[in-house]
Amino acid sequence: MQNAINPIEEMYGSRPRRWWIYTVVVLIMVVLLGWSGNAIQFKGLAARGSDVAYGIVYGIFHPDMNLLINWTRDGVPYMLFETVAIALLGTLIGGVLAVPFSFLAAENVVPKWVAFFSRAFILLIRTIPSLVWALVWIRVTGPGAFCGVVTQSICSIGMISKLYINAIEDLDTRILESLDAAGCTTFQKIRYGILPQLYANFVSTIIYRFDINIKDATTLGIVGAGGIGAALIQSINSRRWSMVGAFLFGMIVLMLIIEFSSTKIRKKLARG
Amino acid sequence: MARKAKTAQAKLALFDRIFKPKTMTVGEHTVLKPRSRTWLILLTLIVAVWGAVIVTDFDFGIIIRRGYQFTVILKKIFNPDWSYFHKVLPPLLDTIKMSVMGSFIGCTLALPFAVLASANINHNGVFVAVLRVLLNIVRTLPTLVIASICALIFKLGTFAGTVAITLFTFGLVTKMLYESIETIDMGAFEAMEALGATRFQAFWSGCFPQILPTYLSHSLYSFEINIRAASILGYVGAGGLGILINERIGWRDYEGLGMVLITLFAVVLIIDNTSQYLRRKLS
Repeated sequence: MQNAINPIEEMYGSRPRRWWIYTVVVLIMVVLLGWSGNAIQFKGLAARGSDVAYGIVYGIFHPDMNLLINWTRDGVPYMLFETVAIALLGTLIGGVLAVPFSFLAAENVVPKWVAFFSRAFILLIRTIPSLVWALVWIRVTGPGAFCGVVTQSICSIGMISKLYINAIEDLDTRILESLDAAGCTTFQKIRYGILPQLYANFVSTIIYRFDINIKDATTLGIVGAGGIGAALIQSINSRRWSMVGAFLFGMIVLMLIIEFSSTKIRKKLARG
Repeated sequence: MARKAKTAQAKLALFDRIFKPKTMTVGEHTVLKPRSRTWLILLTLIVAVWGAVIVTDFDFGIIIRRGYQFTVILKKIFNPDWSYFHKVLPPLLDTIKMSVMGSFIGCTLALPFAVLASANINHNGVFVAVLRVLLNIVRTLPTLVIASICALIFKLGTFAGTVAITLFTFGLVTKMLYESIETIDMGAFEAMEALGATRFQAFWSGCFPQILPTYLSHSLYSFEINIRAASILGYVGAGGLGILINERIGWRDYEGLGMVLITLFAVVLIIDNTSQYLRRKLS
């Protein structure tokens, strides 16, 4: 019995002890939290804070029905439609613009230094918040849905090319050699050797970004770039809670539908 | 034979029932070849794009005519006003503090909810479904909308921003986490239960070590995102860099804006790289 247990205890005794790593990690966490805790203090509710909290809850359960089933330009359905339109155009244009960028940033296509600079450029696009892009583009296009489209086309490049690059760097180039051996022209090599490998991945990326862009388009409205956001923020600021409820309700339903269908399509694409 | 063909017919999707698939006969075997759907997808896409162009007043001419405005602004942004740096620092620190605090609280809250929402640990199907719908609703609310509501409830400032970041992180991490919990190996859990451990004990020593690296990795990822998200919350009065961004653009001081953006860029670069390094170590 002793002999049977001993090896187990030996192994247990010699298990990796990494308590000092854990201590360091915990210490860093505690220091960071203590440091950030001193700035974020709860200063109590605002003057009418509890009214606001109550109003939001009330509004969500009593949405303004006139707004929710109003088919004119001021109704929720039209605004949601506009939001979807902005996201659709923005994602498509962004998806097309991202193609040259991602080929320029793939290390198996171009020399390393070119890839490095393209990556830095893509990171720069990604870092600038979409709200800032919108505020800058408003100076060019003026407020409205078109500004949202332009903003999203630029913003989407960042994330889309990052995912495109992964797909391009995973390309299996041996197929090209066999197509070469079969006597294919360059165009045929691209059509039958490269496109089938990238197609599913690219479409999946675009659909994923569309999902994100819908959410983003609702916030872009806050700075005046069209979509439902402008009306939503106005109704929040003027404290018309049943209107807020109607907008939030519409938005939640739209996003649940889009997310559900996009996940479904992407799963289908992944399975082939 | 006829009945077999009928059931095959019933399985066909609506599309194939309208546009009958081609039948190809190879020797004795008959194979159905469905018609290509590419044209239908393309047609839908073209109609959708056409509708979107009308709704959004898409006009490429504006960009060509007024595009120079953009380059004017870009030039100023890339020519930042370095003396402005000392004013950027305090809100930048606020932004970082908001995201540290928000990420931490959000991730801590996410763990128990993710465990409750994973179907392989919680066998109460109705409860799981209801919880997931609620979590989905939390996730669909844009951070900026949450922040603007929070700013009305809890005075303007960093507290409102922290609450918004917390909610956002909570939604995101819970979803990623319950998806990974559902892929873990339940063998250890079942073995421990068979040995007489309580469900909690079994989870703690059988499942938790499996999800811990993923959990930490998701938390770091959410922190990466949060730095970016927190930087704009100030726009609706929730503290941080957003206040400055809004102010600089309002005054058309694009050199100052450039300084803000460059600082943000540097911070994001450092945090992204550190966190990606740590995440690679975790996996």
